[in-house]
Amino acid sequence: MKINKIIISFISAAIILLSTSVVSFAKVVGDKIILGAAISLTGKYSSNGVHTQNGYNMAVDRINSMGGVKVGGKTYKFDIIYYDDESNPKRAAQLAERLISQDGVEFMLGPYSSGLTKAIAPVTEKYGVPMVEANGASRSLFTKGYKYLFAVLAPANLYLDVAIDLAVEKNNGKGVTVAMAFEQDAFSQDVRLGVLDAIKRTGSKKVIDDKLPKELNDMAATLVKVKQMKPDVLVVSGHTKGALTAIRQISEMKVDVPMLAMTHCDAAKLSKQHGKNSQYALCASQWHKTLTYKDDFFKDGMTYDADFTKEFGYAPPYQAAESSAALLVFKDAFERANSFDQKKVRDALAATNMQTFYGNIKFAPGGQNVDKPMVLFQVMCDDAGKCENKVVAPTKWASAKLIHPIPSWSKR
Amino acid sequence: MVFQYPMISVQACLDGILLGILFALIAYGMALQWGVMNIINIAQGDLVILGGYIAYFMYLYGIHPAWGVIVSPIIMYFVGIAIYKLVINKVVDRDLFISILATFGISILFMQLMNFAFGADVVLANSDYGTTMLFDSNVVLPNSKIFSAFISILFAICLVIYMKKSKLGRAIRATAQNARAAKILGVDTEKVYAATFGINAALCGVAGALISITFTIHPYMGLPYTIRSFMIVIVAGLGNLPGVAMSGMGLGVFEEFADYILGTEFRIGSVFLLLVLILVYRRFKLSRKREYLK
Repeated sequence: MKINKIIISFISAAIILLSTSVVSFAKVVGDKIILGAAISLTGKYSSNGVHTQNGYNMAVDRINSMGGVKVGGKTYKFDIIYYDDESNPKRAAQLAERLISQDGVEFMLGPYSSGLTKAIAPVTEKYGVPMVEANGASRSLFTKGYKYLFAVLAPANLYLDVAIDLAVEKNNGKGVTVAMAFEQDAFSQDVRLGVLDAIKRTGSKKVIDDKLPKELNDMAATLVKVKQMKPDVLVVSGHTKGALTAIRQISEMKVDVPMLAMTHCDAAKLSKQHGKNSQYALCASQWHKTLTYKDDFFKDGMTYDADFTKEFGYAPPYQAAESSAALLVFKDAFERANSFDQKKVRDALAATNMQTFYGNIKFAPGGQNVDKPMVLFQVMCDDAGKCENKVVAPTKWASAKLIHPIPSWSKR
Repeated sequence: MVFQYPMISVQACLDGILLGILFALIAYGMALQWGVMNIINIAQGDLVILGGYIAYFMYLYGIHPAWGVIVSPIIMYFVGIAIYKLVINKVVDRDLFISILATFGISILFMQLMNFAFGADVVLANSDYGTTMLFDSNVVLPNSKIFSAFISILFAICLVIYMKKSKLGRAIRATAQNARAAKILGVDTEKVYAATFGINAALCGVAGALISITFTIHPYMGLPYTIRSFMIVIVAGLGNLPGVAMSGMGLGVFEEFADYILGTEFRIGSVFLLLVLILVYRRFKLSRKREYLK
């Protein structure tokens, strides 16, 4: 009786083992290179998750229709297996395991947000799976010594330090007073560290340093302080809700500040939701369509913008653009490695030095892209109330002149 | 800083009071159904957010979001009744723990459904109400906040009168005092429960519409409202409307001052600390009373 049981359990274990190994398919099937990605299609990151997915899909279609990837004299096409990580880091890590060990994926694309990338990176590192990610900017991702993680975007600490430099420049090189309001999450706190560095470097002074709660929807107290202390620059970072709340309350409370710099204005569709109230806000962005970088697949930012809008019915936020760039990096690395060996591809990725429509891409040993500066745009509105984002810094890419200081509310 | 700039104290008090009144409205709904049905509704905040989305959609279609204050409670009343018929009536006589689990489930369901239906973007409705400046424009009050507080008070007063004068109101109060006795005396408690849950949802609808005008809404922003109203009810006690209003405003002001004195990062933590202190103090008072009785 007992022996029977043991035999049965052995057989069933063998069947389970066999069935999983039969189901799993290798990284390259026929003429297809299969990439894996866990993306937030539901949950709190779902809108940006969809932008990410659209960016990936757009690049896959474009690369495939323009000849695909040439490795070893043969042409391959990209294909992506997606799973929904529900905006949940634990789930994302599970799905990465599943993509690698069950689906046999040997190359990964990143998820949306720093938090989820942080959850996945240890998994891809463990299996030696090269991952090109486009939406995790947190500095801590690049200080852990990961060998298989590559990010096409600039790290979070570079988001707003340009703004401090700009304010100092406008102040004839003298230090300025800075008020800071940052949400307490990995990304925003990294942005804060960058601003602190810039304050130190330029001899500026911080006068307010508020840490906003995660369920942030009221920053009136911070703004009252700003009203009283009258700093030269107000810096806010708290994802979409931070940007929206800041503009709403700044306009309602008539807070006058010479310079207002923020993150996530793009995703918050600031000018659409707030119209003229959002005017003069400076926004940090990874990409803007007017930048003049070029590549063979998407030509340039303006063409990408037009093509993306045609396909998906809305203008691409930078989250989509950087996601598309990730695929271009993979294609380039495969062709240079001329192999599907993970180590060779990893080394080719590390040696990447290319220009895409999204910007120059060159990875530091930590995996972050060091060849692409952040841009700052300013929301500018015409008399009819139509608002547009215009790049004002760095000067090389500027399409409009910075309006500084911001006119006071009583004069608007 | 509070001492350096005295106007900040005035600002903090007014901000806290206006915010507190709005929270008190949500808390009042919670106290009502807690008292009548003995249910702690974890989905309270999600009902608020749903109410906010109703106002937001009116705004999207070109209707001024302030009308949401009327439309949203009407829709939410029926949503409340539906939730009662589907779920709550099965847990109403059970253990408190089961009702917490059930409403927690409803909360998750609502979050996901709202995310599915409205997307994960943070949205808001613009009222364009402008700003009131006081004391040489050292104190600023957005009119939207004043409007919210005013509407909240209006609804609270209407509800109090309704509870005192109407037949249903009296039935609700009778059921809250003793459900069995009320039943024996011919009160249809089932109907009373459904109406209570509906009224609570309607109050949430009003609050949600006001929040979409003053703050922002997002499918996952409900829980802080649940916790805040839970705290207000705990501090005030059940069936104590002036208490709810006072504790709402008190917590609002306390929170604002904690922000200025301790720093923004301690704002919410300090409110929780206060809650713990109040509970400990209550227990201490009770135990003294018990000893005295012995």
